[in-house]
Amino acid sequence: MQMIATASSGIEFKRGLQAGTSIAVGYMPIALTFGLLAKTTGLTIAETLLMSLLVFAGAAQYISLSLIASGIGIGIIIFNTFIVNIRHFLMSASLNEKMEEDRLWKKAIYAFGLTDETFTVIATREGKSTTSFALGVMFIAYGSWVIFSGVGHFIGASLPAFLQAAMSIALYAMFVGLLMPSLKKSIKVFYLAGVAAALNCLFTFTGLLETGWAIVAATLLSSVIVELVVLFRGRVGLT
Amino acid sequence: MSMTMVLLIVGMAIVTYIPRVLPLTLLEGKELPPFLQSVLRNIPFAVLGALIFPGILLIQEGNLLFGVVGALAAIILALIGANVMIVVLGSIAVLSLYIFFI
Repeated sequence: MQMIATASSGIEFKRGLQAGTSIAVGYMPIALTFGLLAKTTGLTIAETLLMSLLVFAGAAQYISLSLIASGIGIGIIIFNTFIVNIRHFLMSASLNEKMEEDRLWKKAIYAFGLTDETFTVIATREGKSTTSFALGVMFIAYGSWVIFSGVGHFIGASLPAFLQAAMSIALYAMFVGLLMPSLKKSIKVFYLAGVAAALNCLFTFTGLLETGWAIVAATLLSSVIVELVVLFRGRVGLT
Repeated sequence: MSMTMVLLIVGMAIVTYIPRVLPLTLLEGKELPPFLQSVLRNIPFAVLGALIFPGILLIQEGNLLFGVVGALAAIILALIGANVMIVVLGSIAVLSLYIFFI
């Protein structure tokens, strides 16, 4: 029943590494800055590396630093981390529809590597995605995140200011590059992205919801609304 | 390494892993209702829209134009069919030039 399995797992892993390279580039400036901020917050290099190794979640790690600096108890920081990462429930459920079936322990391993960026790369691939492909994408993204966190702490500096500023576009540019091919082919994709973008702007600029929740709400609302429209108006023109 | 810090990091690791692992493992092999399946398949495209806007416009605080230039570079490169890596490197190059010359 699977249409995949045409390529060997080695080839799929390499394709994953390739597809994940733009994530690695995009993580570099963010991880360097994280390492630097961790140092100024008073974390040792071992603590910094341990956090990037075990948590692997940019937004949550950044927020934890400002909470550590403010001297808040660890229970609150952990709770806050959970809230910030709630959107991954949605992505994990969606990824499950996209992935080939596999042993639970394998899925439990690659689930660790799920971030906004690895999810979008794996989930926008044509057809089903394989475990090896997902592992390749995650491996290179994870490597970049961990290594550059350590480098940022070690050298106590991030990139030259101009490059740091210019590279802040990297992950957004990647998202645009991932979306565009499907956008050109399907008006439904256009509506899905457009409605979610509009809702997220609305929530963000009115201050109605905090960033993490705004993305979850915008994504879920858009996915449901567009699907309801397809359901009630028939598939005419919306495929 | 302080014990409190290790506890904090392990705690953060656990609560980060839970939302990542539960759906992928609990839903394995389960056939969801068709409507729910369709909604889940919509999520990658919807989340891309929400991840791009308004974030791409706000990459430099107080300088909307910087974000607009970066966004236009990325959108144009992607529209002409460049692969993702070229879109990323091209957008970085355009913004580097923008910083040097403007």
